[in-house]
Amino acid sequence: MSKNAIIAGLVVFVAAALFPFWFNIGGTNAAPEIELSEKAKAAKQCVLDKYDMRANHMSLLDEWRDSVVRDADRMYKSTNGKDFGMSLSTGENSCLGCHTDKAKFCDRCHTYASVTPYCWECHTDPKEVTQ
Amino acid sequence: MKKSRRSFLKAAGVSAVAIGAAPAIKAVAVASGGAATNASAAVKSRKTEALSAHRWGMVIDTSKITEEVAEAVVEACRKAHNIPDFNHEPDQEKYPDTRPVDHKQEIKWIWEEHYQHAFPEMEDEFLAEKFRQLPFLVTCNHCKNAPCVQACPTKATFKREDGIVLMDFHRCIGCRFCMAACPFGSRSFNFRDPRPFISEFNPDFPTRSKGVVEKCNLCAERLAKGLQPACVEASEGAIVVGDLEDPESEVRALLNENYAIRRKQELGTEPSVYYVM
Repeated sequence: MSKNAIIAGLVVFVAAALFPFWFNIGGTNAAPEIELSEKAKAAKQCVLDKYDMRANHMSLLDEWRDSVVRDADRMYKSTNGKDFGMSLSTGENSCLGCHTDKAKFCDRCHTYASVTPYCWECHTDPKEVTQ
Repeated sequence: MKKSRRSFLKAAGVSAVAIGAAPAIKAVAVASGGAATNASAAVKSRKTEALSAHRWGMVIDTSKITEEVAEAVVEACRKAHNIPDFNHEPDQEKYPDTRPVDHKQEIKWIWEEHYQHAFPEMEDEFLAEKFRQLPFLVTCNHCKNAPCVQACPTKATFKREDGIVLMDFHRCIGCRFCMAACPFGSRSFNFRDPRPFISEFNPDFPTRSKGVVEKCNLCAERLAKGLQPACVEASEGAIVVGDLEDPESEVRALLNENYAIRRKQELGTEPSVYYVM
């Protein structure tokens, strides 16, 4: 008698605990495809290599911000020998200078990962503000 | 296999030494290897055309500031830094439900002031009438002993090596201690999102967000590109910016040749903005 109740309880518990997994099976939650702009495709290489950028771009931006604001250093020669302007959105060799489509590059992934960085409360997408 | 107490202790002792030494060996290896990786590390630098100084300062020739020049200067600064203008009617489509403005909350980087307000301690009953009429342009004085820097609890406001009192908007928590500390009223607080009140965005400079303080940055972003500050460009020669510690500089030449005053000098903040009378 109590054995059945325990097993039934366990089944309910396991099902509830694994809810996020079975709920998403076959769902439309595939990771978004990042669309690289023509310019970014042509450049082939970002500041760091792809996986490092994916994991650590926020630390890099943080480092850049301190360097620009505190030390007035605005040029960055990365370890792969390429030159960048340490800016999120201003200039040809800034982040948005190359990744020209913010919606398809930044937002798509941030939305999927459910992170809401407040960069854009102050920084502006040049395409958006000049139209 | 039988082990004697002696051989067990020996083995234990050797292992303990090995475990203890591991971090030290690792540290040495990292230190020697680190030097090699540093050679290929990323390099941060300034642009070659960037303007530099030991201590930036500004000289304003009050005789050359007319009403038109003053307006042009304020407008140039506003455009360069995306400063909101509360007289601008917000776009209803883009920013619906914008609450009515309170003009006391205006944002100012450089603005016109009357003599008796710019230099209250020098107010005089028999002051020449022309001084009462002249527009005086006032802004952040980039003081040598800046009280706002001392007041800021997060180091969002700091003094750069070249004398510019600068803000890191990312770090500002909006406590407004700096506004209380500044004797010149040079700082403004964003009581609301400024974006609806920006008529024309300059994509080369960010806006601010609600809850941060802002003030003149002596166009640090333009100096870094080798450009003169926006106010200097718009002033038709009335404003000169240069190195106060370089005896050969234009600002020092102006100070040598003319009688110049600073605002509230008696407070000891050592302002870097001079007014040629």
